[in-house]
Amino acid sequence: MSTTELEVHNPVEDLLRQDRLPTIWCPGCGIGTTVNSFAHALLKQDIDLKKTVIVSGIGCSGRVSGYMNLDSFHTTHGRAIPFATGLKLANPELNVIVYSGDGDLASIGGNHLIHAARRNIDILVVCINNMIYAMTGGQAAATTPSSALSTTTPYGAFEPELNLVQLVDAAGASFVARWTAYHVVQLERTIEKALKKKGFRFIEVLSPCPTYFQRKNNMGDALQAMLDYKKRSKIKHGCPTWETALTPGGDIIVGEFVDREREDYLTRMRKQLGPHYSEFPPQLEEHESEGCSKEC
Amino acid sequence: MHADPRCVLTGTHFINGDAACCEGAIAAGARFAAGYPITPSTEIVERFAARAPEVGGLFIQMEDEIASSIAIQGMVWAGQKAFTVTSGPGFSLMMEHIGLAAMTETPVVFVDVQRGGPSTGLPTLPSQGDMMQARFGSHGDYAVIALSPNSPQECFDLAVKAFNLAEEFRVPVMLMMDECVGHMTERVVIPPAEQIPIYPRRHTKKPPEQFRLYEPGEDLVPEMAYAGEGYKIYVTGLTHDERGYPSLNPATQKKLITRLFEKIRRAADRLVMVEADRLEGADVVVVSYGITSRVAMRAVQAAREKGIQVGTLRLICVWPFPEKLIRELAPKVKAMVMPELNMGQVVIELERCAVGQCKVISVPHAGGTVHDPAEILDAIERGAQ
Ligand SMILES: Cc1ncc(C[n+]2csc(CCOP(=O)(O)OP(=O)(O)O)c2C)c(N)n1
Ligand code: SF4
Repeated sequence: MSTTELEVHNPVEDLLRQDRLPTIWCPGCGIGTTVNSFAHALLKQDIDLKKTVIVSGIGCSGRVSGYMNLDSFHTTHGRAIPFATGLKLANPELNVIVYSGDGDLASIGGNHLIHAARRNIDILVVCINNMIYAMTGGQAAATTPSSALSTTTPYGAFEPELNLVQLVDAAGASFVARWTAYHVVQLERTIEKALKKKGFRFIEVLSPCPTYFQRKNNMGDALQAMLDYKKRSKIKHGCPTWETALTPGGDIIVGEFVDREREDYLTRMRKQLGPHYSEFPPQLEEHESEGCSKEC
Repeated sequence: MHADPRCVLTGTHFINGDAACCEGAIAAGARFAAGYPITPSTEIVERFAARAPEVGGLFIQMEDEIASSIAIQGMVWAGQKAFTVTSGPGFSLMMEHIGLAAMTETPVVFVDVQRGGPSTGLPTLPSQGDMMQARFGSHGDYAVIALSPNSPQECFDLAVKAFNLAEEFRVPVMLMMDECVGHMTERVVIPPAEQIPIYPRRHTKKPPEQFRLYEPGEDLVPEMAYAGEGYKIYVTGLTHDERGYPSLNPATQKKLITRLFEKIRRAADRLVMVEADRLEGADVVVVSYGITSRVAMRAVQAAREKGIQVGTLRLICVWPFPEKLIRELAPKVKAMVMPELNMGQVVIELERCAVGQCKVISVPHAGGTVHDPAEILDAIERGAQ
């Protein structure tokens, strides 16, 4: 019997650093699923991948940057946004995407999140919200639902959870959306749309962490999490973000909530500076081995 | 390569150290800065905010020092030269990112105009209390370069130098000013641009297929590529191999950390920058840096009038420490006297290098003002006995 080998080419293959696979993510983790939607969105867009940069902080979600076959920056915990801000301001031609976790972006990095939205820095932020600090072993995050169990809330969280979409909306983001790891097609479309837009864009993606969040809270396995997302999600585009709180067992309001026109930081700066701004080509010449005198 | 004449304010100016530092950064090619206000460093970024649009650059006031210290690293990986400026408490907040810059070999400059501490301490008064933090403040092992100016003129000169060294070694370079030097107004001569040498960035010419982000050159320093050039660089604070890929094993750690140390250590002799006077035949040598070196001169003159043979050694580059020089000098003198505006920091290094060879006398000061020269004179006299 002869066998024919089928060449199977995964369309997003080229967007991943093949030599780094497999990923560190657990079976059933939602992060990889979102990366698939992200990669498809990047392929559909005619943006220049050479000029597309991905920045992460630290955490399981923070590992995304290192698996993407783009210019990748894996920075410090919570500080992906200010790093991305520097990148974008110093080279406005770059498409800068921050891809990281809820703990990273909203707990330790909460202040940067607020101010980047307020300044309307022209970056896209994808926030994986698994409602827990996963990489460190399942401690409570600012997004951990009230009463939920975690290793640092063994009697249930006493604190109410933060609604990220409401926060960034209030701070002035140009575009705000939320999906879950179940909504792969919708997520892809929203990322595509957000990639095209200018200003601070924020996409929250609820994602299961079967290893820590699901198990600790007796929520079943990854499949159960998907069924739960399917059952509880209500698509409400344009929904006021104060009506999108995530309550334990309640509806999960998903969709594109905010899409507003606001001048981004650099546009506003240039406009306000007017003739005071002189465009000088930066003087960074190539290094010649004998080029520099030893004086310097 | 030399400074861009369109950006250099060539001429003689009567400005303070903070302003001179800002002009030095601009002359060195910095067009980008991020910062958060704190006395006594704020004047540097205030001036930069006004100057940046004139030179095609930008200053952003970030939400805190943590943000500032990493925003500048984004600016560098976008292909620019950038720096941040702070004082004591802000410097503490920046520490994690000094480690990141060391680990990712990001050429950036941190300016710390030191004030009295710990904590909020003496916000408007001088200190040299951050010297050990400059060397060891971030977690883990790494090597950095720290310079210490003692006049507004040197704030300019050493700001240029700091950027050049950052590019040459791809390390974070610290410019350790102090309140006195920052706020002191003196004549500053800014030379014509063609007399300001600039160390060009080690930007690779290799095509992406041949380029490895952390492949060291002969001097152990790798070449850079920027975001947006098609190299698909991977920059991480994790321990990484030559491709930049994380590799979490002791062998990779040893190789990387050893190289990060070695690239500075190998060049240590060349990095030594001191101002030495009358070391030949000296019984006592006063070792100092920054503003303290100027105060110490009064005591040195008084001691010389009393017939004591006193030499002086001013450290312009404090880290790496001029270890070899001190080891050579120590057996030839009776004592080394080290006044510092702290309770004794760099003197620990001096003692280490001079141990068993001569007396080392620390002249500590809690900060807030400069030394009374009489205290230094007293130490010199004790040393001469
Ligand atoms: C300054 C600092 N504090 C703490 C940590 C430890 N740490 C690593 S990942 C993490 C939490 C990550 O949570 P999240 O961002 O939600 O990502 P996830 O792992 O859940 O995807 C923490 C606290 C760190 N690396 N740096
Ligand atoms: S610990 Fe949780 S978030 Fe991390 S990889 Fe595993 S499932 Fe995913």
